[in-house]
Amino acid sequence: MPTMTYLQAISDAMREEMRADERVFLMGEDIGTFGGAFKVTDGFIDEFGPKRVMDTPLAESAIIGCAIGSAVEGLRPIAEMQFSDFVSCGFDQLVNVAGKTYYRMGLSVNITVRLPSGGGFSGGPYHSQNPEAWFMHAPGLKIVAPSTAEDAKGLLISAVRDPNPVLFMEHKHLYRRVKGDVPTGSYETPFTARIAREGTDLTVIAYGAMVHTALEATADLDGSVEVLDLRSLVPLDEEAILKSVRKTSKVVIVDEANQMCAAGAQVAAIIAERAFEDLDGPVVRVATPDVPIPFSPTLEQSVLPQVDDVREACRELLEY
Amino acid sequence: MLMMRGIEERAMTLYRQGKVPGSFYDGFGQEAVSAGATWAMAAQDRLCILHRDLAAHIIRGVEPWRIFAQYMGRADGITRGRDGNVHFGDRTKGCVGMVSMLPDMMLIATGMAMAFKLRGEERCAITWFGDGSTSRGDFHEAMNWAGVQKLPVIFILENNQYAYSTPLDQQFAVNPIERAAAYGFPGVSADGNDPEAMFEVVRAARERAIAGEGPTLVEAVTMRMHGHAAHDDMKYVPTAQVEEWRAKDPIDRQVRRLEALGVDTQAVRDSVKAEIEAAVERALQSPQPDPETVLDGLFADEPALLEDGNGPWSGFRS
Ligand SMILES: Cc1ncc(C[n+]2csc(CCOP(=O)(O)OP(=O)(O)O)c2C)c(N)n1
Repeated sequence: MPTMTYLQAISDAMREEMRADERVFLMGEDIGTFGGAFKVTDGFIDEFGPKRVMDTPLAESAIIGCAIGSAVEGLRPIAEMQFSDFVSCGFDQLVNVAGKTYYRMGLSVNITVRLPSGGGFSGGPYHSQNPEAWFMHAPGLKIVAPSTAEDAKGLLISAVRDPNPVLFMEHKHLYRRVKGDVPTGSYETPFTARIAREGTDLTVIAYGAMVHTALEATADLDGSVEVLDLRSLVPLDEEAILKSVRKTSKVVIVDEANQMCAAGAQVAAIIAERAFEDLDGPVVRVATPDVPIPFSPTLEQSVLPQVDDVREACRELLEY
Repeated sequence: MLMMRGIEERAMTLYRQGKVPGSFYDGFGQEAVSAGATWAMAAQDRLCILHRDLAAHIIRGVEPWRIFAQYMGRADGITRGRDGNVHFGDRTKGCVGMVSMLPDMMLIATGMAMAFKLRGEERCAITWFGDGSTSRGDFHEAMNWAGVQKLPVIFILENNQYAYSTPLDQQFAVNPIERAAAYGFPGVSADGNDPEAMFEVVRAARERAIAGEGPTLVEAVTMRMHGHAAHDDMKYVPTAQVEEWRAKDPIDRQVRRLEALGVDTQAVRDSVKAEIEAAVERALQSPQPDPETVLDGLFADEPALLEDGNGPWSGFRS
């Protein structure tokens, strides 16, 4: 199995799918000759040509809306938002068209929207957001968030094949930092949670970049900590969450997104509703406070969940 | 214009030395667009400034050391470390900080103009945006509303040939300047590399606005001489195109003009350089923002509004 970065795994997934399936094509700003703002589509235009690697005007609503239209006609577009933050400009098409079309008309909207998300590099309030919760609240959209290179490829392939609109939250900070063995050829990764590390005393639930923070924070704690990587937010793997919490009886949920109504809030609600009797302590959340992500590295570090914050939360709960 | 170029060149070095976090965007070659236009605005006018318009901030009186502190994310930066390097606007100078979602600021400017009209004030709002920005719905919504209401707003399209790597012919089939007529107001092209041409066109647009005749779309034809941001080597731009525009450098042209009038431009350069070095020194002394304050300022406790922008050089008075 070749070793790849998270970024290469995403490219690999698209290349595999484009080679295998004529219906798959790409749309986005500067993705052609330039190869994308993060170089995820570097070289794609040479292999697949401008019809399948479509450079678009700066128009997110048009990108998503036209992706929807072509999907309704049987194509399988993968649309790139240059930064996940700019998906706000295509919000209406996702929430009101993509998410509702199958329910209303029985027409499937097979689109994948790639959203380079997350902070940690001084991108400031407009280039660091984790907008997944905006869309969790809108029925009809699936949302996945890989934390490893292997999952990045498998989840993206599953997303492209899924007949529904799927938002693919790829974390910018993992692009070149995370490397791993990635199977060659095509494979699908299911939209279910994965145990990143087994444990018996405490469960840490995270997704995306926070999986790595959680693993690092809990590597040398006094206690056996299980780390659950959600991988998919919609659908949310409730059984995997409950199973782990019932085993350990204690849970820390880590969100890089702003705390209010974040994905972790939904996880906490499910645990409260369905596993209250199994808990040996309060459900603890570590998340970004409800402010825009600041630019200055000092300020940014102080709001994004750090390894020490997670470690401290785990220690306290273990002792509870 | 010299100050803008000097600050940006110096900031790029600071960026390469790791003293400026994030990414860095400059307006090399586009100095005349913001300088000429801002000079034509009065102190009570409002500005929504884009990422390549540093001259507008300078003319409105933002001190260079605070601009460097802003780039470095320090406590004395205009946004106190909250927003990224070029995304700033000093409220006390009548300027709104840049919104990254392009061109959301066209609607903010239109709303300001609406307030002026509602209150019967002789004021005008101006906003800049790129050729890329003209593809989004908000561009059309702003133009349409401003046209319907005949609002005192000036839209400056910075046609600098590329939106990131996207050339004009991939951005639109018809130059957006043609669209103005469809919304019921004039669209005018100007040489964006000539500050005096920019000044003249914007001054006329302002007169129209103040007279209640409505908005104007001004196309400033120029070229983005550097990459989109510090990481971009702009390999996608043909060398001949760069060379063609290098010969039209707005600063060289203006310097030649001033020298013909007998101005000692070397003395100006020297004083700008000295001012920049002092500014960098002072900005480097500015502390990092205090993490204890990071939650402050999400909600206002009292009204905080835009003030007038009476800078040392600002204020063409009609
Ligand atoms: C709505 C939106 N989508 C994408 C981006 C990312 N982006 C930042 S600048 C840029 C190119 C802008 O080009 P243009 O409007 O021509 O301005 P220029 O940078 O050339 O001055 C893009 C695509 C953005 N800022 N806003």
